[in-house]
Amino acid sequence: MTQIPEQQFVHKVPVQCTLNGQSTEFLAAPYLSLLEILRETLGLTGTKEGCNDGNCGACTVNVDGRIVDSCLMLGVEAQGKNIETIEGVAPAGGLHPLQQAFLEEAALQCGICTPGFLVSAKALLEAEPNADEHRIRLWLAGNLCRCTGYDKIIRAVEKAREEMK
Amino acid sequence: MTTTEKPQEFNVVGTRPIRHDGVDKVLGRALYGADIRLASMIYGAVLRSPHAHAKITRIDTSKAEAMPGVFAVMSGKDMPLVASGALDLGETVDDTAFTSDRIMAHSKVVYKGHPVAAVAAIDSNTGLEALKLIEVEYEVLKPVITLEDAMAPGAIVIHEGLIGSDLGEQVKNTNIAVHNRLEFGDPEAAFDQSKTVIERTFIISRAHQGYIEPHASTAFWAPDGKITVWTTTQAPFGVRKTISALLNQPLSNIKVTPTEIGGGFGGKIPVYLEPLAAVLSKKAGRPVKIQMDRRAVFEASGPGPGGTVKVKMGVDDKGKITAATADIRYGAGAYPGASIGAAASGIFACYEVPNVRVDSYDIVINMSKTAAYRAPGTPQATFASETLVGELCEIIGMDPMEFHLLNASKEGTRRPDGPLFPRVGNEGCLLAIKGSDHFKSTLEPSAEGKLRGRGMASGYWNGIGNKSSVTINVNEDGLVSLIEGNPDIGGTRTTIAMQAAEILGLPAEDVHPAVGDTDSIGYSDLTAGSRTTYATGTAAIEAARMVIDEMKKRVAMIWETEYENIEHIDGMFISKVAPDQKFTFKEAAGKLGQTGGPVALTGTVNVRGSGGGSFGTHLVDVEVDPDTGKVEILRYTAAQDAGKAVHPSYVEGQFQGGAVQGIGWALNEEYYTSEDGVMINSTFLDYRMPTSLDVPMIDTIIVEVPNVNHPFGVRGIGETSIVPPAPAVANALADAIGARLYQTPMNPGRILEALAAKQSGK
Repeated sequence: MTQIPEQQFVHKVPVQCTLNGQSTEFLAAPYLSLLEILRETLGLTGTKEGCNDGNCGACTVNVDGRIVDSCLMLGVEAQGKNIETIEGVAPAGGLHPLQQAFLEEAALQCGICTPGFLVSAKALLEAEPNADEHRIRLWLAGNLCRCTGYDKIIRAVEKAREEMK
Repeated sequence: MTTTEKPQEFNVVGTRPIRHDGVDKVLGRALYGADIRLASMIYGAVLRSPHAHAKITRIDTSKAEAMPGVFAVMSGKDMPLVASGALDLGETVDDTAFTSDRIMAHSKVVYKGHPVAAVAAIDSNTGLEALKLIEVEYEVLKPVITLEDAMAPGAIVIHEGLIGSDLGEQVKNTNIAVHNRLEFGDPEAAFDQSKTVIERTFIISRAHQGYIEPHASTAFWAPDGKITVWTTTQAPFGVRKTISALLNQPLSNIKVTPTEIGGGFGGKIPVYLEPLAAVLSKKAGRPVKIQMDRRAVFEASGPGPGGTVKVKMGVDDKGKITAATADIRYGAGAYPGASIGAAASGIFACYEVPNVRVDSYDIVINMSKTAAYRAPGTPQATFASETLVGELCEIIGMDPMEFHLLNASKEGTRRPDGPLFPRVGNEGCLLAIKGSDHFKSTLEPSAEGKLRGRGMASGYWNGIGNKSSVTINVNEDGLVSLIEGNPDIGGTRTTIAMQAAEILGLPAEDVHPAVGDTDSIGYSDLTAGSRTTYATGTAAIEAARMVIDEMKKRVAMIWETEYENIEHIDGMFISKVAPDQKFTFKEAAGKLGQTGGPVALTGTVNVRGSGGGSFGTHLVDVEVDPDTGKVEILRYTAAQDAGKAVHPSYVEGQFQGGAVQGIGWALNEEYYTSEDGVMINSTFLDYRMPTSLDVPMIDTIIVEVPNVNHPFGVRGIGETSIVPPAPAVANALADAIGARLYQTPMNPGRILEALAAKQSGK
């Protein structure tokens, strides 16, 4: 049996926040991104890593009402914040109108970018319930999709906008 | 000659049910490659070469091995040396020795990002720290980056062992892996007799598929020799075969579970990480997960090849094509295998050309090996041929639509690589565009002095058939579960299930599809080549027919009559001899237990060819800002032949997605490469793919010319849509600015240069 050298542990920081409506506490090594904390420490793998440098939007989460690329925020920065991930978008036992519209409009193909788009679009419609096509395209320009050409995503957001009125 | 047939009527095919895997995907619950978490799993990290071309003179991994938290370290010496041989992956054939060397360098690195060592550690950050402790010494060699350098006499030879094939003759000491030629007729004589002949050379950028999910693979090599792999791949059976060949392990000891896949477009056919995870797992005795970072995806996975394409075309005084020739040269990357075959067969496929010659070259250079990228090789070649046609039409004063219609390939036309087209939809797509509101509309001039133009182009992709298996299990409540072996990259669970439902007489929702691992479903070729809905759908139809046949036997048993007396009409089992005896599918399913046990049947197929492939025609309006060179896509319409659209929404989605990928290639996407062979723009910030703000809605027209090769007339449609955009945009730009561009990407700098050259009268 190979002898594995003993590891030295990094001092971890206790962080308290609200995560998807629930008071949550975790220990974060100070160098870990919020994305790493969500996926590895908390097991919330709905938030995806696409580039890890803030250019694709697959890891978008909502922090105190702002959409944030969670790969660009440290886990320790979540202290005291209200964070919503894709796992918090749907009401219990149902779907958010955006999720329903994405299904009905075939707004996903591979689906890897879908959580980020949903979190971004939800924040938009909460801030601007009457957002028009241009506003939707502008707002979602931070989320890359390589499958759909965006057409059906924009239509789905427009459909959800009408549903939410 | 045109064959027609009475349109079939369908109950399920052609409707738009919600995809079966949709809820999991909008909830964020679907598990992709990086989402695998296993008990006692550790994390791999890969050390990659900083040089594009170098000999490895020393590797010392001892410090990394001694680092706390590190479980295993590997390098090329841990990969078995395998002999050269064919590794048939269903659509492409690679060499086993080259594949092994590509995945982990043995003695020489041949591309920037080439893996030279890997570690497995308690977490990914520990793994990255351990990589810094691995000492590698290189003897740096001059890299061969351009095609000119690679092909020059006396060129530095990248692989001493490479035996090139020049028109079938073996060649040593070369970087030209393959030179092929297709020809019929006498193009030179025909050019001599043509009214007009033009020849142009085009340069096409190397471009990445740009899937949002990086590669991620997990493997566990158990003490009994069984290797289990979870990976994001288009080809689970290809991964099984590659691991078997590279690690000298029995094929059946390897089980590959394809995870959900976050885009592929051909780029997730090759194996990259799986054998490394397996070797590290064997050493560590734990499951090992490895994820690529985005930089490695750009630098070290396989984009579509760039290259040069020279095209020559002649026409008579009526605008009829007399002859066409092409010279296609693609940079394969560090190992042979640029998609020159499809490029050669596709470049003139939209036309009836009586005299043809196509030369194609597969050239090795010191960049990562290219892979399939959506209609592999064809967008590049078609950028050349369709842009040339646009200019030819200007010169002879002919409307491009009329030129296309006059010269369109159709049933009976011979493709450059030999086969005669069966019934195809080329003319149908042209006429669909001609009849569209977009085509009939007038492009109004810009109010702000911007330059507007309209362009069109057609494109073709043949696609493949090949082997698939589908198992249908009839449940006692009358619903069925369906297992297939093709990773669902864009809604194919649903399109396959719908075809089974059509035969079974069930609603789409009553068929529950799942993608099986390589132990739980029969052999299935890869999700690629526009084959999944087409060929695996054919297997689903076969399985459903077997299920109905077996259920008729069971129903006959219950009604104490002969099998021949049972009919299956509109989802009902009916007795011909006692017409009041009827079972719905559900009723019959509930009685299977008393009639000989469960019904679980597998349909297997080996579908020959695609049935003629899918044509498409795109029309685009652009607006150019003459001060900045920025291009805006004002309006876009894509028409394509789907044969029969199984789920029209997902067919439209393929048209739209391919169009926007093609727009990206046309306007922005390229590898900026230093002289040292280093990609400079290896992030999504600098490798600029279209965002939602860069494109308008993409209008679609689904043309349905039934495929003679599929029971419902279905054609594979996933790839054609990336073929026409770049030449359509090029033709629209020429219309807008009155000057032609011959190189992708047609970015603002090149547009301003073209405008300046035009103004200086050059």
